[in-house]
Amino acid sequence: MATVELRFSALPEHVRTARLVAAAVARRAGVDEAVLDEVRLAVGEACSRAVGLHRNNDLAAPITVMLIEDEKKFSIEVGDEVPGSAAGSVPGVRAADGEPDGVESVAGDEIEDEMGLAVISGLVDDVEVSSSETGGVIRMSWPTVPDPVLP
Amino acid sequence: MDLSLSTRTVGDRTVVDVGGEIDVYTAPKLREQLVELVNDGSYHLVVDMERVDFLDSTGLGVLVGGLKRVRAHEGSLRLVCNQERILKIFRITGLTKVFPIHTSVDEAVSATD
Repeated sequence: MATVELRFSALPEHVRTARLVAAAVARRAGVDEAVLDEVRLAVGEACSRAVGLHRNNDLAAPITVMLIEDEKKFSIEVGDEVPGSAAGSVPGVRAADGEPDGVESVAGDEIEDEMGLAVISGLVDDVEVSSSETGGVIRMSWPTVPDPVLP
Repeated sequence: MDLSLSTRTVGDRTVVDVGGEIDVYTAPKLREQLVELVNDGSYHLVVDMERVDFLDSTGLGVLVGGLKRVRAHEGSLRLVCNQERILKIFRITGLTKVFPIHTSVDEAVSATD
């Protein structure tokens, strides 16, 4: 089970709430302070993308954010309910250090979508994007600093 | 924190002071401001981002859109930013090659291509 699970209506104004909650839980889980800005940005990008997908597809369903604390890592899973939304098939996801493929030929929404994924893959070393008939998931994780062992 | 926007004129440049968070919720306000300036004939813009606390790809998209608009009128869009966490986002998206980024408003206002 997730340490904290957040579900919110697919509205842009709630993305900030998701960022704040994710950063707070990440801090508690022991994610390095220096990395919290990256966590905040990455989860914001993933949520913005999910909100855009739901709105473009007229989906009333909420966006789901799972914040999971493990022994050595902290993971975030942002799920949408758009079948085959695909994050895996979006070319920009593997092009973080250069321009996403085919920028010239795609529509505005897709460029923003690709830029969001480019930011995520540029920020997060451990990221996995998947999709199925029930929707897409972006999974990201960061190492946590263990509590100091007392003598 | 919400987005704060104000504009002022310095010589032939229009400086847009931006503060707060630019994200999927607030970016449309920045887009409207840039569109309005261009429609009113301001084609040389300086966007001061020193008081921006957060910027995401939606905000980057709005800035790129602003650049396209001013370039259609042979104008310019320069950014002022010294914050490492904001600059990093421009770097990982390759946009440091697209925007002239200055360390102060004075420098941006006096810059020529």
